Amino acid sequence: MFIKQISVFLENHNGALREMTELLGKGGIDLLALSVADTQNFGIIRIIVNSEQTDAALLSLRDNGYIAKMNHVICAEVPDRPLGLCELLGLIEKAGLSVEYMYSFLRASKGGEAHMILRLSDGRKAAELFQMKNVKTLSQEDVDAL
Amino acid sequence: MSQKDHRIYNPAMECISRDELTALQGQRLAATVKREYENVPMYRARMDAAGVKPEDIRSLEDLKYLPFMEKTDLRDYYPFGLLASPKSEIVRIQGSSGTTGKPIVSGYTRNDIDVWSEMMARTLTAAGATKDDIVQVTYGLGLFTGGFGAYQGADRLGAMVIPMSSGNTQRQILMMKDLGTTMLCCTPSYATFLGETIREMGIDPAKDLKLKAGCFGAEPWTEEMRQRIEELLCIDACDIYGLTEISGPGVAFECLEKNGMHINEDQVIAEIINPTTGEQLPYGMHGELVFTTITKTGQPMIRYRTHDICTLTADKCACGRTLARMGRIVGRTDDMLVIRGVNVFPSQIESVLVGADGVAPHYMLIVDRVNSSDTLEVQVEMTEDMFGDTVSHIENVRKYITSQIKSVVGIASKVNLVAPKSIPRSEGKAKRVIDKRNLH
Repeated sequence: MFIKQISVFLENHNGALREMTELLGKGGIDLLALSVADTQNFGIIRIIVNSEQTDAALLSLRDNGYIAKMNHVICAEVPDRPLGLCELLGLIEKAGLSVEYMYSFLRASKGGEAHMILRLSDGRKAAELFQMKNVKTLSQEDVDAL
Repeated sequence: MSQKDHRIYNPAMECISRDELTALQGQRLAATVKREYENVPMYRARMDAAGVKPEDIRSLEDLKYLPFMEKTDLRDYYPFGLLASPKSEIVRIQGSSGTTGKPIVSGYTRNDIDVWSEMMARTLTAAGATKDDIVQVTYGLGLFTGGFGAYQGADRLGAMVIPMSSGNTQRQILMMKDLGTTMLCCTPSYATFLGETIREMGIDPAKDLKLKAGCFGAEPWTEEMRQRIEELLCIDACDIYGLTEISGPGVAFECLEKNGMHINEDQVIAEIINPTTGEQLPYGMHGELVFTTITKTGQPMIRYRTHDICTLTADKCACGRTLARMGRIVGRTDDMLVIRGVNVFPSQIESVLVGADGVAPHYMLIVDRVNSSDTLEVQVEMTEDMFGDTVSHIENVRKYITSQIKSVVGIASKVNLVAPKSIPRSEGKAKRVIDKRNLH
């Protein structure tokens, strides 16, 4: 249910994101998902890579002076139809949890579902909730096979 | 903490009630001002220009009417222009090299040497010394006040003094071991070096040496340095403060509570002033430290501006002393910025950053003037410890730093978190301030 994610601190200046993706790209690291959270002065870039490349990506970022951290997020499958996401959010809301951020994979899934990456206010409760309500989630192996 | 074995050399003075102290300071101040007015033409002229007569100074309250003295006075009236006693009464000259060429010197009468020795005896006693101790003095013995100050204080106690003076580390350690030194007097940086060398030589201070405490001063140091010295040498490391102009080491000293330096207030009056306006500031506020000697007769100093920035407190100390304490020197008035009328010292902001968990002490202050109002931007480098995965986490870190700066410095600032290593590092004194205001 939980998958590895790397978060990177970026200062908000021209070319910052390009420089970072260039670094990863030249290192042969393939981005499976990416989100940008930006404020006036800084941004947080969150990326998902194949778990075999997580360590290499982290090392390369840190060696080049970036602040980067590995953490775990939930990846849930959402039916690709109107209200698909809304129903999932309804479950989360009813359970008293909140969404801190959310983004999706860059690649379309084969079976017509969307894969949402979620950080909820309480990861453990979220895991219990998804299990109870039969929300399909992706394991690290699932993600690596995407 | 207060369970420590506190020794006090002169309880009658060090534990005097604040009211009695104020009265005593007032009497001694009046006598000092009279002596100065009658014997030092330069200060007489300065008092006349300010319209103050010796008879106007009757109590401590009146101190604020007196004109200041500056380091430049010691250069301008070098070497004997500030003596308030006949030259024949002077038994000692001490001095400092001074960074601008001309040295500054201070003349001491027999009385002044006695006063200074007493201050240093109190200092050593507060760190635990008695007549049974063996005191190794590794401050230079010479014009510099450190060596003679420590020597005289230990001599006053009747302790065994080893006047090593500075240098020759191997010999220092040999004597320390062979003679069983129990107290060390030197600069904190030399104490660190001694400790490191001792460890490298495979000597275990806890087993092979008899050191118990040290009085370290003559340069600024930090709480981290204290911990390091205490660990390296297995001792209590106490901070001391002093300056040649006022006597020398021992003007203020830490007791084993290690919570600020007690000022020998029966010998000197300490004030904190606003360095821009010269107004006295209440206890607890940061400002420039000003000293008036009230028992010296050779070269008394009245309202001598140290240009050192610190705070004072008269809260009672667990050691039992009533003498007010000064905090660590946080900076020099030369580094001061005036932002929206408030005096700001880069070191205050540094202290906030050093005190916050996970924050690196790399920062840059950018002062600007936008729509005729001053702005302060504080750039702080992001660190792994500060970085969280959500915007709200980082915003909270930013807000925390902002509020800490506000509470310490007293003005609002805009804290910006920047990429690691993006603030230029420099060798030696780092450039911490960019002032974009066109004030000249």
